[in-house]
Amino acid sequence: MASLDRVKVLVLGDSGVGKSSLVHLLCQNQVLGNPSWTVGCSVDVRVHDYKEGTPEEKTYYIELWDVGGSVGSASSVKSTRAVFYNSVNGIILVHDLTNKKSSQNLYRWSLEALNRDLVPTGVLVINGDYDQEQFAGNQIPLLVIGTKLDQIHETKRHEVLTRIAFLAEDFNAEEINLDCTNPRYLAAGSSNAVKLSRFFDKVIEKRYFLKEGNQIPGFPDRKRFWGGTFKSLHYD
Amino acid sequence: MRQLFKDYEVRQYVVQVIFSVTFAFSCTMFELIIFEILGVLNSSSRYFHWKMNLCVILLILVFLVPFYISYFVVSNIRLLHKQRVLFSCVLWLTFMYFFWKLGDPFPILSPKHGILSIEQLISRVGVIGVTLMALLSGFGAVNCPYTYMSYFLRNVTETDILALERRLLQTMDMIISKKKRMAMARRTMFQKGEVHNKPSGFWGMIKSVASSAPGSENLTLIQQEVDALEELSRQLFLETVDLYGTKERIEYSKTFKGKYFNFLGYFFSIYCVWKIFMATINIVFDRVGKTDPVTRGIEITVNYLGIQFDVKFWSQHISFILVGIIIVTSIRGLLITLTKFFYAISSSKSSNVIVLLLAQIMGMYFVSSVLLIRMSMPLEYRTIITEVLGELQFNFYHRWFDVIFLVSALSSILFLYLAHKQAPEKHMTP
Repeated sequence: MASLDRVKVLVLGDSGVGKSSLVHLLCQNQVLGNPSWTVGCSVDVRVHDYKEGTPEEKTYYIELWDVGGSVGSASSVKSTRAVFYNSVNGIILVHDLTNKKSSQNLYRWSLEALNRDLVPTGVLVINGDYDQEQFAGNQIPLLVIGTKLDQIHETKRHEVLTRIAFLAEDFNAEEINLDCTNPRYLAAGSSNAVKLSRFFDKVIEKRYFLKEGNQIPGFPDRKRFWGGTFKSLHYD
Repeated sequence: MRQLFKDYEVRQYVVQVIFSVTFAFSCTMFELIIFEILGVLNSSSRYFHWKMNLCVILLILVFLVPFYISYFVVSNIRLLHKQRVLFSCVLWLTFMYFFWKLGDPFPILSPKHGILSIEQLISRVGVIGVTLMALLSGFGAVNCPYTYMSYFLRNVTETDILALERRLLQTMDMIISKKKRMAMARRTMFQKGEVHNKPSGFWGMIKSVASSAPGSENLTLIQQEVDALEELSRQLFLETVDLYGTKERIEYSKTFKGKYFNFLGYFFSIYCVWKIFMATINIVFDRVGKTDPVTRGIEITVNYLGIQFDVKFWSQHISFILVGIIIVTSIRGLLITLTKFFYAISSSKSSNVIVLLLAQIMGMYFVSSVLLIRMSMPLEYRTIITEVLGELQFNFYHRWFDVIFLVSALSSILFLYLAHKQAPEKHMTP
């Protein structure tokens, strides 16, 4: 049964945010007992039912490529990492809710991954600063996941979650906040599970059903441009 | 501080404070040396400042920092979370015990002083610091020419890198196909209602040996293959990083800047070889220099070349410049090495421990470099250091430094030679 179709999804984020635990949870429905540093790239596979519950249901393999390292790595490491960014169908950006720097670095991560596949449009990248132009032509679905939710104190939760909501809007992506050591967050039927499933469906659609580049009916409009620059001031 | 922690946050304010305080006091020590040579400030006030500075630094190095290190290390281990303070005290006491034991095999105990005097503490701190300095210098002396000189660069072509990348991607594909089989097998087992739980306990193990479901048996087999393949992919990844790094260095060496550094590298390698040679001679002939290089250099020029100039006047200025250069380069070298090392091993979990370790190393390094700098200064300036640091066997420290320096240089030569020989064999493309 290895003849099912496949899609490739990258899992990116800073060192130590919990990408490996997340991937393990997504693919094996178990909590990872002994997390250790990821050297290079580790892959895992999830079997996903596209359009579950409808007559058009079809099963796909989703490959989750968990790439280790940090944005400040030496350029030799970056060049080696670039090998994994070929023909990517979706990107999951992981950040740590307790560490503000990790969410700021997500811009640089997404630029690093997307610059491999984007046709050069002549737009300059200045020190990896966020520039709305970069994401305007982006066709690859993004998902933002925040980890270590359990380590945030109740009182600070609201402030952190609003900040993250802005971040997800910048990327024009959905966001999920969870704790990788607790499978309850992704239990079937919870809102997180629904968002995840919708994201995977979108990835599969982009890959297999929209080869002519048509718009999906009901695709959300592009964000207002002024909104992007206004929000990037938020982080300084 | 911002430089070191660009990518991570050091939450604890205390850690930052400790680090900056250590650094500040270490720099003050060097300033005092410079003041000594220049003759700034009153002599008695200088003495007082020395004493005070030394006390504070020793206090920090021996008491404060190890305690905090043990505290943070213990906090990282989840099991002992409740009795943090108790366990960190225990750890700290073990550290103090070993610290004390360290002094026994060395000829530093003199019966005149009490247990907790400054001389005892300094002597031990000095031993550790000198060992550290010698290790770092030995390794640096060998590594520097190796890195800078392009003679050692292996020839890496575009095709080598492409071939390696292809192998890496092939390995990833094999891993993926195996994982697909595992995921599908798990899904069918789940759908058939078999619960896939690991056998626990004694009876569980016996049962699994006797009658294991065929599904789970296959899974463990495939899992082992996957583990082996993942190990292979990690190695391939690291080799590819290595190749990219070498290629960049080759390109860099073709630019002007690269050529300049290459030239410097030759000079530096000669200097390092000379240093190793001198260390060997010192040990073999059991000789410790009594006069410093500057005065000796001037004496040589006066005696052999017949040039007449005022020895005292020039020796002061030249020694000042020389000492200043030594201090600046050693501080800069240390900070750069520490920054690189820190980038390589930092993670958000252990950043506190790492900062404290760095502060400890830095403090010990500076204290012992004060000890050793005494060698490079003319006689009149040595007195203050001798006065302040008490009755220490300075000669011993110099010999110890030479020994460790030699050992570290030789072992790093051996290590680099092995690494250099081993690497080209893997990339031989027929």
